[in-house]
Parts: sequence; C-alpha cells; structure tokens
Amino acid sequence: MKTKLEEIKLAAKAALDAEDCDTEQVRIQYLGKKGELTALLRSMGSLSPEERPIIGQLANEVRTYIEEAIAQKKSEEGAKALEKKLIEERIDVTLPSKKPSVGTRHPLAITQRKLENIFQTMGFDIVHGPEVEYDYYNFKALNIPENHPARDTQDTFYITDNILLRSQTSPVQARVMEKQKPPIRIISPGRVYRSDAVDATHSPMFHQLEGLVIDKNITMSDLKGTLDTFAKTMFGEETNVRFRPHHFPFTEPSAEVDVSCFVCKGKGCRLCKGEGWIEILGAGMVHPNVLRICGIDPEEYSGFAFGMGIERIVMIKYGIDDMRYLYENDVRFLKQFS
Amino acid sequence: MKLSLKWASDYVDLSKMPSLKDYSDKLTYIGQKVEGYETLGADIENVKVGKIVSIEKHPDSDHMVICQLDCGEDSLRQIVTGAQNVFEGALVPAAIPPAKLPGGVTIKDGKLRGVESHGMLCSIAELGLTTHDVPYAVEDGILIIEENCKPGDDIHDVYMLTDDVVEFEITSNRPDCLSVIGLARESAVCYGTKLIERTPKVNFTKGDKNINDYISVEISNKEKCPRYTARVVRNVKIAPSPLWMRMRLRAAGVRPINNIVDITNYVMLEYGHPMHAFDYSCLEGSHINVRDAADGEKFISLDNGEHILDKNTLVIADKKKAVALAGIMGGLNSEIKDDTKTVVFESACFEGSTVRISAKAQGMRTESSARFEKGLDAENTLPAIDRACELVELLGAGEVVEGTIDVYPGKKEPVRIPLEVKKINEFLGLNVDEAYMKNALETIGFKVENGIVTSPSFRIDIECMNDLAEEVLRIYGYDTIEATKFKAEVTPGKISDDYAFELLCHDTLISAGLYESVTFSFISPKNYDKIALPSDSVLRNSVVITNPLGEDTSVMRTTAVPSMLEVLARNCNYHDAGVSMYEMATIYLPDDNKENLPCEPRQIVIGKLKDGNFYDLKGVVDILLEKAGVAAEYIANTNNPTYHPGRCADLVAADGRVIGTLGEIHPKVLENFGISAPAYVADISFDTLFELSNTERSFKALPKYPAAVRDLAFVCDDALEVGAIEKVIKMADRKTIESVELFDVYKGHQLGDDKKSVAFKVSMRSADHTLTVEEADKILKKILTLLERELGITLRK
Repeated sequence: MKTKLEEIKLAAKAALDAEDCDTEQVRIQYLGKKGELTALLRSMGSLSPEERPIIGQLANEVRTYIEEAIAQKKSEEGAKALEKKLIEERIDVTLPSKKPSVGTRHPLAITQRKLENIFQTMGFDIVHGPEVEYDYYNFKALNIPENHPARDTQDTFYITDNILLRSQTSPVQARVMEKQKPPIRIISPGRVYRSDAVDATHSPMFHQLEGLVIDKNITMSDLKGTLDTFAKTMFGEETNVRFRPHHFPFTEPSAEVDVSCFVCKGKGCRLCKGEGWIEILGAGMVHPNVLRICGIDPEEYSGFAFGMGIERIVMIKYGIDDMRYLYENDVRFLKQFS
Repeated sequence: MKLSLKWASDYVDLSKMPSLKDYSDKLTYIGQKVEGYETLGADIENVKVGKIVSIEKHPDSDHMVICQLDCGEDSLRQIVTGAQNVFEGALVPAAIPPAKLPGGVTIKDGKLRGVESHGMLCSIAELGLTTHDVPYAVEDGILIIEENCKPGDDIHDVYMLTDDVVEFEITSNRPDCLSVIGLARESAVCYGTKLIERTPKVNFTKGDKNINDYISVEISNKEKCPRYTARVVRNVKIAPSPLWMRMRLRAAGVRPINNIVDITNYVMLEYGHPMHAFDYSCLEGSHINVRDAADGEKFISLDNGEHILDKNTLVIADKKKAVALAGIMGGLNSEIKDDTKTVVFESACFEGSTVRISAKAQGMRTESSARFEKGLDAENTLPAIDRACELVELLGAGEVVEGTIDVYPGKKEPVRIPLEVKKINEFLGLNVDEAYMKNALETIGFKVENGIVTSPSFRIDIECMNDLAEEVLRIYGYDTIEATKFKAEVTPGKISDDYAFELLCHDTLISAGLYESVTFSFISPKNYDKIALPSDSVLRNSVVITNPLGEDTSVMRTTAVPSMLEVLARNCNYHDAGVSMYEMATIYLPDDNKENLPCEPRQIVIGKLKDGNFYDLKGVVDILLEKAGVAAEYIANTNNPTYHPGRCADLVAADGRVIGTLGEIHPKVLENFGISAPAYVADISFDTLFELSNTERSFKALPKYPAAVRDLAFVCDDALEVGAIEKVIKMADRKTIESVELFDVYKGHQLGDDKKSVAFKVSMRSADHTLTVEEADKILKKILTLLERELGITLRK
C-alpha cells in the first residue's frame, strides 16, 4: 500500500511535468471521485488498525502534495495565459489621439489678461469706461482743449459735436478721478478708435491699457519703479526699462518708455531693429491741470499715468508681423495660441 | 522737420560731434526725437566735371556721339553718349568708373556698339536733382554746368551736394524747434556749447521814401492778430536764388521757386516763423487790414483753390479785397510774379486756434498753418522780417525801403515761475542742486534771478513747476531716474462683479471647445439687411459715425451676429475644417436723446459651422447656463427671420425674460454671407445672463438609497414637443422623480404618418428609504394617467 502511494505520487508528478499536460485531467485522474488516489483511500478499510493511521497520514501527505503541485501548475498556466492575452492586446501607441476639443481665448485677450494680472497683484483695480465717450472726457478733461494741435495725433471718429469714439483709454482716468478720492490705483483696458486705414501696423480699432496712480508724494521714480516691475514680470527678470523725453498734453514730464529687447537681451536683432530697445508705452506725471479739472488739488497730490497698446505687445511677444491677423479670426491663427 | 547740419552750423559749433549716430542719440535723449538721418550726396561717387574737347559721330549709330573729355586727368577720356545737347567746350558731369549714382547705379567701362566708353555723362535726374535745384538745366539731356568750376572738380563741390540731414519728430508743444535756430539751441546743450546768436543787419536805402509812403497797416481783430510787422522792398529783380540757398532748401525738403519766395521759406525754416510776400502793385489803396472775412466772401488761393469764407476766418485785406488767408496761404491776386517790382513782406503773429479752425474749414493744411496753430512767438516777427531783408540785400534781389511797420497790440508778459528746487527733486525722485538747475535752464534760454525763472518768449509751453521739472530732467538725463517702489496701503486689486462673471463665461466657452473671436465694433448698415432684420426693428437704430473711414465701418453695431457670420464665412473660405467660435461683443444702443451716451451692453455670440448641429449648439448654451446657475426654457421661435423658422428657439428665463436666441441660420441669410454649409448661431444677452446668474454653490448630500429606474415608450403626434412630455412626467411626483431622460425617438411606417415613438428613462429615488416596487409602480401609474389626460398619449404596445 505504501509503495502504491509512492508510485501514485511519482506518477502524478510526472504527469504534471509532462509537456502536453492537461492539469484538469491530471486532477481528475488522481484526485477525482474515481481517481486513483481516491480509489486507494477507499480501499483503506482492508488495512489493519495499526497500519491505518500510518498509511492514512501518508495518503494525506500524498494528496496534499498532489493538490499543491496542481495549484502551482494552474497558477503558472494562468500567468502564461494572461501574458499571452496581454501580448495579443497590444495597440499602436503612435496612432493619432482623440482630443477632447478645447478652445482658446484670442491672443489679444490672453495678453490683456496677463497685463491685468500683473497689475492686479500690485494692487491696481481694474475699471472700465464707455467706448462711445464725451469729447470732454477724451480731450478737455485731459488738458486738450478744442482746436489744440495735439488732437491731430489722434484722428478721431465723431458721433456728434460732443460725442466721439474714444481715441484712448485715458478718459477712464478722468472719470475715476472725478468720482474717487485719492489714493487711486487703477488700470483700464479696452477698445479705442482712431481714423487710420487698416494696414500691417494700423487699425481703426485697437486696444489699450491705461494705468493711473494718484496719492501723496508720488514721484517720477515711482513711475519708473512700477514700470520696471511690470516689464520684468511681463518680459523676464533681466529686462530693463528706459525713459525718453516726449510730450503728452495730460502728463508733465512725459516719457516714451522702452524695454530692453527680450529676444537679443539688448544686443540688437531683427525684432528691435538693431536698437536693443523696443518702445512699448507712453507715461508721465499727471499734469496739474488734469488733476485740477478732475477736482484733485495738485498741491496735495501727485500721480503718474501710463498707457500701452495691447496689439503692439501681442505682436512683439508672439512675433506677428501683420496686425490684420488679429481681426480676421482665422481658426488656424487662433489655434496657435492655445 | 528736416535739419541740414550745414545750415545748423551757422548757429552751433558741431565740430565736437563724433558721428551722426551720436548726434541722433543725444538729441533724442534730450527730447527731440530723431526719426532718421542721411548724408546727402553719399549715393554719388566719382562724378567729376569734364570739359568736352571734341565730338565725333559714332560710326555705327545715328543717335550716339563719341566725346573726348578733359576731366583733369593726364590724358583725355573717351565717353560715348546718346544725348543731343552736348557741344564742344561744354562743362558736363562725367561719371568716371568705378562710379556710383543715386538709385544704386554703378558705372563701369564698356563698349557701346563696338566703341569703348570710359564713363557716362549725366543728366540732372541721374544725379538725383531737378530743374528746381538747377534752374538752367534741361530735363532731357546732359547737364551743361554753368557754375564756376574747372575740369576734374568733384560734382559734390560744384553743386554743394554734401550735407548731413537729420529728420526730427517735433512734438506739438515745441513749435520753436520747427526751426534751424531752435534745433541748434537744443544741439548746443548736447555738446556743451552755446547757441551762436546773431542779429540780422539791414542796411536799407536811405533817401527819398520811407515805408509809410508806401503802405499803412491796421489790425481790426486784435484778439486774433497780436502783431503785424511789414517791410517793403523796391526795385525787385525776380531771379533764381543762389545755389547755396537752393541746396539748403532742398535739404529741408522745400522746393526752390525764385529769390523772393525762397527767402520767405528760408526764413520760415531758419527762424520758425512763416512769412508772406505780396506784390505791392496788387494792394489796392496801399493799405493792409487784418480783419474777419465776411460770410460768403470769395477767395482764390495761390494754388488756384476757390474758397468761400465765413466770419471765423481771418484775412489780410487791402481796401477792396482779401489778399491772404491769415497764416494759411496768400491769394492768387497778389502773388509774386516774374515782373514784380515792389514787394511787401509780412511777418505777423496769428492766434493758433483761429488758424487751425480756418485751415480745417478750408481743407488746407500748409507749412505755415501747421506752425501757427501750435502757437508762435510774437517776439519773433521783427527778427524774422529783418533776416528776410538782410537776405534780399545779400542776394541783390532788391532795395529795402527804410522803416518797418510794426503793429503790436497783443504784447504778452513773460511767464515767471519760482524755482522750487526741493519740490522739483521730490517730484522727480532726484537730487540735483540749485546751481545745476539754474545753469541747465539758462543754457536753453531761460533766465533765473533771485529764485524766479523767466521763460523765454519762444517757449509757449511753459506754465508751471512741472514744466521746469521736465526741462531740468531732460538736460540732467531721463535715464538718471531711479526705479523706486511707491509706498501705499496694501489693498487687493479689485475687479467688478460683472467682469468676474465675464471671465467665468470666457473660461466656460473655451472649455466647451470654442475659439474666441475679436471683431470691429463698427459695421456696415447693410449688415442689418443681410441678417434680414425686419425694417421696423429697433436694432436698425445705430450710433452713426459722422466721419467714418468707409461705409463698411460706418455704424456702431447693435448686434454682433453679422460679425460672427463674417468670421464663419471667412473661415469657410480659407479652409474647409469645421469651426466653433464665440465673441464677447460690446454692442451700442443709442439713447433717445442724441446728447446722451449710448448704452453699451455685451452680447455673447456663439457660432458653429460644420461642427455639429442645433443640439451641439444647444449643448454649449446649456453648459453656459449651468455655469451661470441660470434655469431657462427653450421655446420654439418660428418668427425670427435671421433663423430657420423650424430650427430656432428663444431662451426664456423663469421670470419670462428672453435671455437670447439660438438656431440654424436661415438659408437666405447664409447666402447673403456666402456661407455654403448650415451654420448655427446663438446670441445671448450677457447683461441679462449676469443679472440672473447665481454662481454660489453649496454641498448637497449624496444619495444613500438606490434609485428605481423604469423605461417608458410612447407613441404620439410628431408635432408634440418632447419637452412637453418631460414636463408632464415630472409633474407626477416632483420630489421622487429624480430625472427624466429621453433615450430614443423613432419614426416609421408602422407607427403611421405624423406619429413618432419616444422613449424615456425615468429615475425615481427617495431620500430616506429604498423605494419598494409598489411605490415605484404607483408613481408610474400616475405618470401614465397624467400623460393620457394632459397630452392624450399612451404607452407604446
């Protein structure tokens, strides 16, 4: 009996090790109801009481042995089958993706938001004003009386004698100063209009962003500091700003402001036309006449204002050489900014 | 303003100027922005005076000749030319290889029909000159030189062609710099030197007659003419002005005419003060009156322009007629002619806005009016007229009559401002001492005495401390300003609620796959026809631009739908892919009272072309509504002519307000815009959406008990809207019915014509227990009862 058990053990092992082994068949052959080991155990009744526990223990050991061997074999087979399945499931990862469609804001808006964020984090409120505006706010309140030659630099669209399409965002300054007592710290972005025919660098409608700070003891060096911070945030830490004298009727002193070219770092390139500097905005100390017209005492308060064309910044930032792209809204153009 | 540096050198020593670039930088940083510079004559190389020694016929050409020239070289030079006006003994410009001519032309040795030619004879055009520059030259032939020169002389020296010309952008507050003297003064500061000041000297002819024997001057409108100065020149000989004067005028971009006219232009450029010259014989009554024109008065200007004047125009008149538009242009009736014998020079000051208004009204801007309208220095009239007379004598153009008439009713006190050193320093954030400030101001013509600054009369722009601060700063250097941070209370930068909501809408729409478009606010009124707006629509009432660039940008839009259709059309033409766009468009709705500003609400316009159908568009609108927290119903609109009558809905809020309209664009409208595929557009009032919006969100507990879900299919009339069935289903038990979802619509013959089958998934859930089958069935039964009663529909069998 003992020999028989040993034989079964070896035979089962051999069957499992065989190359074309059918594990389930092996299980049935040895451990099934009519299996060899089962049959042998059934015949244990013929054994003597002394032999029975010994043989019984041995038989159990053989059974456990075979069961474990089968379990192991099955697990190996499972792993192999899975591996095979995974190989069969291989896909070509270089096939094109299925993108969920996501749009984008217009490059003008993207840039405007960037500018707004820079100034908002510096504590500037964002305010808006009407685009169809009184001559008073667009010109007179800004120290540009009727028939002043400075009006020539801004060919204006008129609606009536007193109403026009604002030629700059500066009228918002006057509106804010009229209503709000200093301290004032605002920016005002928006559309402006000038009677220029459309070409690569001109458009009868474009966007500006205006800034105004009014408080006690505001100095021209504060203006430079503010614009320096802005330029470094917008164009990179190593950017510098440069002031050049200029004339605006609503500021005195006035300056045209250049930033060092962010492409060539000031060495001179195509973007900056070899100058190393790019003109991006106009600025100055608010003219005392403007403060007075808006009901602020220039003896007590001083302030600065600055303004920039958003189109110009978009164009230099992205290297766009023709302004007309910005208003055509060709999706192939817009997609480049997503 | 183009400045000849040769001319400027009469007034400033520029010998220390290292280069034109350096000059240009320095002047720009002091506030006179340089637009560009060039060296005149640099495009001509190796052109010499040649004397034609002999001429012979070309053996193989009828129209060419072979010239032997003495060009100051060891031997004669042979040059072939096709010109007919050459003759033996003539002095001509000869381009001697390797030579360069304007326009990038290079001259090399060559052969013309087999005959060697070692150079080229030049016409004035080939040297970049005109008959205005060289009056004796012919246009279609070789330039026969009449200047005093000899063979071999360089053509630059013969015609004074060498000069550096710098072009300035002069800001409107500095008309004094529209002059050689003004810019010389600024240049002097840049090179640490002083303006060379000179007073014109007029010798005049002493003797029989004084100016008062010729003419009298009266100013009727003293407000508009603060000063009028006149001098008379007799025995005038009209002739071309000398070469040096012609070349200086040419460098400044002014065309030489004749000696008298050139003198007035020369003085205008040098002193910055426009002048005029009248033919004395044309002044009737020997009297000049500066008066307002009569309404309807007729006038013909020098350039043959016919003008009808009004009382706002100031004229210079004799006893009978207007002879000039003050400060703008002279009249044809008194212009300088070749036989003019006696000239009256006018050097006057006219009030700026008067000149500006008249020039605008008459549609003529001249060099003169552009200067006057900025405001000129009345003190300058006398030096300017004396300079003109000095030049008359220098040129031998006539005899200056003794005496000057100078009527000066509007003399102004000089502007005096205290020099507040501390205030200026604090204001600029600088630390400049008083001595520096005083010296800086004095170098540019200010006087500083006892702490008081007196502004020179030519600085019409100086009013207050800020102006002095700018003067000090531009001389001290704008780049010396430090960058400092201002001290202020720490407050967050605020944005308005509506702008915050606008940003939310932008985020929502781009995340829904839309591209933002930006279009012009002005459109053509024809666009209202193109979108088939009814003729009585209020939207046809636009804010109208009185001076538009063109009809297509002449009114402020009352709707941005046409702008969107144009964008869709353009994309459709440019490329064939589908597009989904939106615009946050400001629209302009006029006020009933034209003196009030229009209302400027915003409109969200969404457009889809070849990118889904009505329901895709509706999906975008639904997402926007969800984000805005606004509940609205879609109600079919069959009457909006912009849209397909069967595929258009109004978006209606619970309070009945129409938030917007969406639908498929009417085929006729598509055709008007040249769009060849169906387009879907939504126009939504941003302002209404904002008013209704609720963007506050709060937490709701997730369901604890399972939902009971039942599918129901019905057969109904095709015309019955699914929305109506949904509504009735929900009525059955608003608390328990969680959602009603359409999942199938089917039409087929077996249902019968005009019928359809619709299937819904109805989900029911209780917040406090699992619904029993009986409870669910009870609700279902109620749904069926209601549907039969309200809509007459039953379950599909």
